[in-house]
Amino acid sequence: MPPVFDTFLIGVGLALLSALASLLSQFNIRRWPDLVNRLSFTLLGISGLFAAYSGITQLVTQETTELVIPFGLPWLHWHIKLDALSGFFLFIIGLVLIPVATYGPSYCKEFRHSGEQLPVLGFFTGLFVAGMMMVVLANDAYTFMIAWEVMSLSSYFLVTFQHRNPANRRAGFIYLLMAHIGGLSILLGYGVLAGFADSFTFDAMQHVSLSPFWASTAFAFAFIGFGMKAGIVPLHVWLPEAHPVAPSHISALMSGVMLKVAVYGMVRFTLGLIGVDQIQWQWGVVVLIIGSGTALYGVLYALMQRDIKRILAYSSVENIGIIMLGFGLSLVFYGTGHHQLGIMGFLAMLYHSLNHAVFKSLLFLGAGSVIHGTHERDIEHMGGLLKRMPWTGLFFLIGVISIASLPPFNGFVSEWLIFQTALHNWTIEQGILRFMIPSTAAVLAMTGALAVGAFVRLYGISFLGLPRTQHVRNAHEASGGMLFALAYLAVFCFALGILVAPVLALLNHIPDQLIGAGLGSLNERSWLWLIPIRETDSAIVPASYSPPLVLLGIGLVWLLGSIILHVRKNRKVRRAEVWDCGFSTPNARMQYTGMAFSMPLRRVFKGFFTIEEKVERHEDTSRHFLTVEDRSWKMFYQPIGRSVLFIARHVTLIQSGNIRTYLAWSLATIVLLLWLVSL
Amino acid sequence: MIAAIASSDILLDSVSGSDLLNPFAWLMAILQAFLFVLLSPLLSGWIHKCKAFLQNRRGAPVLQPYRDLRKLFGKEAIVAETTSIIFRIAPYIVFSSTLLAVAVIPLVATMLPTAAIADIIVLIGFLALGRFFLVLAGLDAGTAFGGMGSSRETMISSMAEPAALMAIFILAMTVHTTNLAAAIELSLQNGFVIRPSFLFALIALLMVAVAETGRIPIDNPSTHLELTMIHEAMLLEYSGRHLALMEWSASLKLMLYGVLISNIFFPWGIATELTVPAILMALLAIILKLFVLAMILALSETVLAKMRVFRAPQYLNLAFFLALLGMISHLVLEVHV
Repeated sequence: MPPVFDTFLIGVGLALLSALASLLSQFNIRRWPDLVNRLSFTLLGISGLFAAYSGITQLVTQETTELVIPFGLPWLHWHIKLDALSGFFLFIIGLVLIPVATYGPSYCKEFRHSGEQLPVLGFFTGLFVAGMMMVVLANDAYTFMIAWEVMSLSSYFLVTFQHRNPANRRAGFIYLLMAHIGGLSILLGYGVLAGFADSFTFDAMQHVSLSPFWASTAFAFAFIGFGMKAGIVPLHVWLPEAHPVAPSHISALMSGVMLKVAVYGMVRFTLGLIGVDQIQWQWGVVVLIIGSGTALYGVLYALMQRDIKRILAYSSVENIGIIMLGFGLSLVFYGTGHHQLGIMGFLAMLYHSLNHAVFKSLLFLGAGSVIHGTHERDIEHMGGLLKRMPWTGLFFLIGVISIASLPPFNGFVSEWLIFQTALHNWTIEQGILRFMIPSTAAVLAMTGALAVGAFVRLYGISFLGLPRTQHVRNAHEASGGMLFALAYLAVFCFALGILVAPVLALLNHIPDQLIGAGLGSLNERSWLWLIPIRETDSAIVPASYSPPLVLLGIGLVWLLGSIILHVRKNRKVRRAEVWDCGFSTPNARMQYTGMAFSMPLRRVFKGFFTIEEKVERHEDTSRHFLTVEDRSWKMFYQPIGRSVLFIARHVTLIQSGNIRTYLAWSLATIVLLLWLVSL
Repeated sequence: MIAAIASSDILLDSVSGSDLLNPFAWLMAILQAFLFVLLSPLLSGWIHKCKAFLQNRRGAPVLQPYRDLRKLFGKEAIVAETTSIIFRIAPYIVFSSTLLAVAVIPLVATMLPTAAIADIIVLIGFLALGRFFLVLAGLDAGTAFGGMGSSRETMISSMAEPAALMAIFILAMTVHTTNLAAAIELSLQNGFVIRPSFLFALIALLMVAVAETGRIPIDNPSTHLELTMIHEAMLLEYSGRHLALMEWSASLKLMLYGVLISNIFFPWGIATELTVPAILMALLAIILKLFVLAMILALSETVLAKMRVFRAPQYLNLAFFLALLGMISHLVLEVHV
């Protein structure tokens, strides 16, 4: 038995064990709750280590492991497979799980004082993690759906962990509802494939050939189902409700990892099961349109939020949009027969998934530290945190730079790859695509610029300036374990931004195994360079990007600068009162607020929002009210809700209360079904 | 040179010839960056002089920006008590990221090894990095003016960046690469062809450059009128060497856009080989181009009035739609299927 086999199952097992371990404290909660808490998180961390190890081992050695566990239905045992794609996503799960495990113990202490049930949190965390791991390992639709539901249901309990707050219960309900509609859609998607394959195993589904109609139907179901979990617009509404209300380390897992598991599902279903040959470029067009809409929508709403975690949640919507742009490009290029470019889009998408997992976890954990240290969630009440929480502030800044996709950090690399893929639109024959692809790239550019604005706003208002409330003035730095988690993720933000070529060479194994072809131009590269595409027979000088040399350049400039400045002797600075054009010394309440900061953009993009603004004037004071509501509620959900109620009212006509009528209906139904079967 | 690229399969050769191993090319690249840094205040001084001339004033001497910089470097730096470390490191980061951005632009020679390290998208990324810290610095002191400047800068840049990239995409789609040196070389080889798409891209990029460098009609660099300023509002708390670095990066950025526009759209004269006459010729050409461009800018700044802040999005939308039109005309008129 190859060693990889053991490690990934040990990972799942340890996650389950950690779930059980946290229940231990039920027996004697007073005496050692802290110990149990620590034990549970330690097991979770080791589970993460095993997952990351087996994932990366599979990517390096490319040894695919398959096994069947005699478990489940008698005629359908659980099929499990670890290939490159599963390995990559298993690695993401493990990568984020490790910092979460070091972060958790001291973060969760707080809940003990507020009387929440820690064992519940620990139990469902373990179950949630095990569910996610099983989703990426599953090799038949049955196992997949069971793991998917375990993941969805256990995360419902995590969202409603602080259930005394009615807003959290509402968020949990919306999440549960959407998760199930999404789950149903995925099931139908698998149903289409299983119907043609006569089997639930992925191996059988892979070899099935579908008519274009059925392929498109299956893709549509899968896209809606996985897209709902990933948070594409307009199916995203649960995300900004549910992610912020969970405890912060759970938010990190949900935003950083669970969304990626949905991305995994979409990739597995489309590129793995439907297969590259049956892809139609029209799907790519749909994905591109939805992806660019999602990216823009997410970032615009991120600019309008006040709750630090809601900002991050909306930014997750934006990043899913960017991932979908990569996916859409990949589908378009595959569908038009440009396989190398399709692979490039696919790699860009995978790279951004990895990057988003890292920096979004960093930011959610950082936000957790801020909330932990200040007991405030509203950025309008913060300010000046950098002086009070210098280390958290530093790591948070790294996360912010990464997510704003600025060089030389990791977010920039994946966006660069998407831009490069998009700029190869000239290879396509269809005129409409040639025009559409650069347009989506322009949307991506706008999203990037707005994301810089959104995160400057988040960082500038909360970490810089003057503290706006007493809580924030007394903020304290996070504990060692929490800081370690942030530092660990910040290091990855940096490393993934610099060591681009080796990482891509590793990722290249994924299309290699899944589709049977990798990006040819990657193999011959040295670790310094990133040159995604090169036509050997053409005179075109390819675009290239070398992050290590950029870093060297930065280093040289700084060295030179510091030498020049050290020679001069006026390095002292004088601290003085703030000048502000000579007006009276500003106090904390005279600072720009977050809502004021985004006001120009609110005005420019006012068509996107439902804005209610009013000013109440009293004798000596006036109050300003501003609510920005998600437009999709009014435009998408309320009509659906109304029509569901309408249909329900009319369906009640058959509900006469007379047993004979009901029997007649049953009979009619059976006859109809028999007729359908006999067709 | 193109033949050399086509025939070679080795990585280093494929990246803009064999420049990467050519020490003279590296020397040239470093010299070029220095030249950029040294000449940029001169460009600002020249614009001031032109404007003064157009307004019937005598104006300050062309070398005045150098004197200002020297004065500011000699002065003590005062830092507001309320600020954090971000405020103090921001000038250095802004300056160095602008410097990195100019290092990848061919000023006099296209044989630029740095162009292979970072393409034009990375260049936009460097500028965004600088702006990120500039905007943070504006928020750091906790003053209303700083926040106002930061907020407006964010709005303008988020409208300007897509327009700039769209204009750049037109170029990239024509020459099939985003490597700046290679792109300029290729458009040189194509000879003098008037492309309608380039015309649109040129206008769009000019408009974006005006907005991004904070010139009239979007912003006025010579004003400290509280309610209209954008860039200056963010620099309000800076003094001494910090202010000097910020001002210097602003003029560096102005020159960057000038060189970018003149060398992309009017590449003639730029040296494609590293010989002394070619480089001298190129130097002369670029100075001439910037000389003319500066006069055009001074003229437009004299003729136009600064517009209201909330008119700026319309202006930038216009730039974006011009770039979009350029894209369409490229696809319709210039692509042979």
